[in-house]
Amino acid sequence: MSAIVGFLSSAIRLSTTFLFGSMGETITEKSGHLNLGTPGVMCVGAAGGCLGATLYVTAAGGAVNPFLAVLIPALFALFFAALMGALYSFLTVSLRANQNVTGLMITTFGVGLGKFVKGALGSDADVAIGQICKYFRTLFPFADKLGWFGQLFFSYGILVYLAIALAIVTSVVFRRTRIGLHLRAVGENPATADAAGISVTAYRYVATIIGSAVSGLGGLFYIFDYVGAWDSGLTATEALGWLAVALVIFTLWRPNLGILGSILFGALYILPNYLNVGFAQRDLIQCVPYLVTIVVLVITSMRKKRENQPPASMGLNYFREER
Amino acid sequence: MDKTVALELKNVTKTFGRVVANKDVNLTLNRGEILAILGENGSGKTTLMNMIAGIYYPDEGAIFVDGEEAVIRSPKDAYDYKIGMVHQHFKLVDVFTAGENIALGLRDGKKFRMKEINARVTEIAEKYGFHVDVKKKIYEMSVSEKQTVEIVKVLYRGAEILILDEPTAVLTPQETDKLFAVLRRMRDDGKSILIITHKLHEVLALSDRVSVLRKGEYAGTVNTAETNESELTEMMVGKKIALNINRSTPQNVCDRLAVEHVNCVNREGVKVLDDVSFTARAGEILGVAGIAGSGQRELLEAIAGLQKLSGGAITYFDPQNGERVNLCDKTPTQIRDLGVRLSFVPEDRLGMGLVGNMDIVDNMMLRSYRKGKWGMLDRKNPKGLADDIIRKLEVVTPGVHTPVRRLSGGNVQKVLVGREIALTPTVLMAAYPVRGLDINSSYTIYNLLNKQKESGVAVIFVGEDLDVLLELCDRILVIGGGTVTGIVDGRTATKEEVGLLMTKFRRTEETQETAGEENHDS
Repeated sequence: MSAIVGFLSSAIRLSTTFLFGSMGETITEKSGHLNLGTPGVMCVGAAGGCLGATLYVTAAGGAVNPFLAVLIPALFALFFAALMGALYSFLTVSLRANQNVTGLMITTFGVGLGKFVKGALGSDADVAIGQICKYFRTLFPFADKLGWFGQLFFSYGILVYLAIALAIVTSVVFRRTRIGLHLRAVGENPATADAAGISVTAYRYVATIIGSAVSGLGGLFYIFDYVGAWDSGLTATEALGWLAVALVIFTLWRPNLGILGSILFGALYILPNYLNVGFAQRDLIQCVPYLVTIVVLVITSMRKKRENQPPASMGLNYFREER
Repeated sequence: MDKTVALELKNVTKTFGRVVANKDVNLTLNRGEILAILGENGSGKTTLMNMIAGIYYPDEGAIFVDGEEAVIRSPKDAYDYKIGMVHQHFKLVDVFTAGENIALGLRDGKKFRMKEINARVTEIAEKYGFHVDVKKKIYEMSVSEKQTVEIVKVLYRGAEILILDEPTAVLTPQETDKLFAVLRRMRDDGKSILIITHKLHEVLALSDRVSVLRKGEYAGTVNTAETNESELTEMMVGKKIALNINRSTPQNVCDRLAVEHVNCVNREGVKVLDDVSFTARAGEILGVAGIAGSGQRELLEAIAGLQKLSGGAITYFDPQNGERVNLCDKTPTQIRDLGVRLSFVPEDRLGMGLVGNMDIVDNMMLRSYRKGKWGMLDRKNPKGLADDIIRKLEVVTPGVHTPVRRLSGGNVQKVLVGREIALTPTVLMAAYPVRGLDINSSYTIYNLLNKQKESGVAVIFVGEDLDVLLELCDRILVIGGGTVTGIVDGRTATKEEVGLLMTKFRRTEETQETAGEENHDS
């Protein structure tokens, strides 16, 4: 029993990385932007968080305020990840660059930038993360007293709950608000949206910037909460980033489904730790999420249900003159 | 019915580069009336309507709404003047419901509640006798339902002046009748309706007055009750203009290609070719006249092996041995392997004819890529051919290695026609080969076609300019709504005769029946 609860709660914890990453990418893709830079954006989010943490811990000396210790790295992560989204939008919307190439460039650039920041900060960052990661990891002190129930529902840090809340809010925005309707129209048929007086450029910029910022929190969470150290965190962040992109397809562009999908992906990712297997089998098991995604992709393509297809104009830049 | 003027156009002119789309057009639209705008293809109807709807801005002249000068620079401005347009190509998001599409871009300051929007949509629809299922997704709808959504969308935004661009082009006769009933109800409610069409019988059935455009110019307005088909046709096509295209007497004429009772159904399940029969003869130019989209494209594609037939036969008579070759249900490669030398200059030059990003030599190779040895391409001969075409047809290009898309329209066409003629065809099909070309390039193309005819090729020429058709072609096949409405002699036929045949639709019991069957099926 306790092994199962431990497994599930670990899966839920890890799922937050996927959930932030895929939710951000979903918001971006709904506007018609295929941002394959999500892994890079997540690395930049993590690196931004480390920069914020190092600066704050150094400035605060011994007296670290738990609230600020979480807020400042989070704001740094949001800001730098958003910058990557702005760069992507500038290249694809304003300079009309190919979306696929730009996205892959953002990934390469983001991972490299993250590694550079790591090297530049040196051991100061390790100290800072070690000192403040405990504030990321717990929110409800009473969780220990509730046994398995507490472990399963109340044992996580603030970012886990934030991700789930945000996923629900995003779903509601997509389906129930005017902004959501307009955003979906921009991603489906920008010419129609344009004719209806909706600014395609504004929607694509804003959605991509917000989406990237949200993805960046995934990287922040992974370093500060899940691992609690730099170590090999950036390489893993990139790998998890690609899984987040796959998760967007797996959840059929629905953030609310993303909550369950990310837990499944998290469970599959950590499953080898709970089985007595060698390294080779371990890597094989961690491939399962990709396989599952391919199966989902094939099934939805075969069923041809229009609601489950990607936004129709995703990956295509829009220029009014070429109508 | 009160006779207040809702909309007035004074001396409106619009040019695109050197092409004059509208010249000094005057128009008045009264409140509570249906005004039909009649004109051939390219007579500037849509351009004129787009200016009223805010898509284009006139170069000269003024537009007055309710007696006051209106500046309409965007569709949003048009809505502020209570003008709404239903375009030929619907602007709808496929995965949205009807209600969501109508709500799109709406800024009425109210809180966003789909329920209220849907209720209001249903209310408007019921008022005019429409049927709209607000929760139905667009991709599940028929063309007629989509059109209804577009019309309601315009009404929802409070339009008093409605512009409809060829609304009946995509409708069955029954759906057309329904639409007309709705339009009459809207007129009786005091709305003003501008309807673009080139179907004469519809104009006569629906409109109060008719304004005619001819080659971008205003040709006059008549009361529908006081006119008839032949008067309208004459206004539409105008007097014949002499073009002085050389036309030699056909020599050694013999049958080359026989099309018999051909039927064709397109992807949407609409019958685009209905019992088409004709013969193309060697040493003759057969013109094909008709309103755009009457089945010309499908006809040529059927002969070229690109369109599946649902009935009928296409037979080729081999000039060497007089053998009959069946071309039905064959791919283009199979047709060529049968020894049929068929050349095709499609309407969509850079889509079907040439690859825009490839240079002239590579485009030549699209026809000869199988000729190399050992799996390697032969580039020498195509290069020679490209040089030849550039020299003989005076193609203006920096070199043979310039991407075709960088050439001007006329030069692109010369490259395409040159390549097709180089195959020494026995049948040459050309769809709108002079569209977008200046006078000189056009005459170059006419001469090329004439030379082919004189060398014994069966030429099929699909055109839109009646003057050209009447001077270039030996016989003219007139096609209307997918059926052959007549085959006339190019030397003796008059413009009015062809014009009337073009707009004559055999909307008799026969087509009514097939439409009815389709409804049962769905």
